[in-house]
Amino acid sequence: MATTTTTSTAALVTYLLRLADDNLILAQRLGAAISWMPDVEDDVAVANLCLDHLGQARNLLTYAGSVEGAGRTEDDLAMLRGEREMFNAVLMEQPNGDFAHIVVRQLFADAYQVPLYEALTASADPELSAIAAKAAKEARYHLRWSSAWVVRLGDGTDESHRRMQAAVDGLWSFTGDLFTTDAVEAELAGAGVAPGIDAVRARFNATVAEVLAEATLSVPTDPYQRIGGRTGYHTEHLGHLLPEMQSLYRAHPGAEW
Amino acid sequence: MSYHVPRAEGEIDPTFNGRAAGGYPLWEVFIRAKRGLNHVHAGSVHAPDAETAVLAARDVYTRRSEGVSIWVVPSAQIHASDPDEADAFFDSDKPYRHPTFYQIPEEVGHM
Repeated sequence: MATTTTTSTAALVTYLLRLADDNLILAQRLGAAISWMPDVEDDVAVANLCLDHLGQARNLLTYAGSVEGAGRTEDDLAMLRGEREMFNAVLMEQPNGDFAHIVVRQLFADAYQVPLYEALTASADPELSAIAAKAAKEARYHLRWSSAWVVRLGDGTDESHRRMQAAVDGLWSFTGDLFTTDAVEAELAGAGVAPGIDAVRARFNATVAEVLAEATLSVPTDPYQRIGGRTGYHTEHLGHLLPEMQSLYRAHPGAEW
Repeated sequence: MSYHVPRAEGEIDPTFNGRAAGGYPLWEVFIRAKRGLNHVHAGSVHAPDAETAVLAARDVYTRRSEGVSIWVVPSAQIHASDPDEADAFFDSDKPYRHPTFYQIPEEVGHM
């Protein structure tokens, strides 16, 4: 019995960190995009997106810390873990690039998070269910914003169409990592804490297919997928993102302002 | 918003509905507050079309729970009175148009 409880706690902490890190790393990317958007309206929009994801990350990290019971705070978990201890999907750490890459990365993230959070509201874990209920509302708005821009730019000018298709093609091979699963998630799915990932993936595929079709963009057919983020194997970009995000906290641990 | 963006030689200069990109049309934003009965002018946003204008208005003007409903109207569709004709339009020296001169019969009580 004690062994089962220990295993479940470790699995839940790992799963919560995966959910949290997706938001933490995406928030860091979006924060760096503020002031680089094509107009001031979307500078505000991307700041809102960033803060929504950061808020979700904080809720999940705080909960992960309390489940773990080792006294780690949200700040410790965000700022003192290295690259191999971060469990975000590799999609989230991909560089901002141009506006096309920002909105396409966001579309893929939103098309994943909407069905994920909606399923998680039925989680057997009440705390996770409550966090997901708030996050689902935010994710539905994010999807409206990202899909609106993907449609307008995909079905826009020759130049915007070209850039959007390049972003879709460039980012597609990082979407498979969202749906990789292992014993951790199988255990939690069995206990009703995590949703079955197949249903989430089916809704992701349907959303992406619908939005890209309306945007006159094609869904890539290249089967290659770069996976590994959920177990801490990342693309080279996370190694540059983390020191920028963490250096202040590491230089001045516990600093407040 | 319009500012000059230098173009590299051979770069396509994008247009949207005949306008240069970056020169999106202006939209006036009206927000209805949670306990308000009418939409009140909040400001303006630039956006390529109505749906995007609603999204931009949501992000710019309802960040702190200011509203529960948004209207956007193309600024070009708003026709305004001429400030130079304000004297002719808004002659305020007609106090008799206010109902304060009527005697209300006592039987009516408070109105």
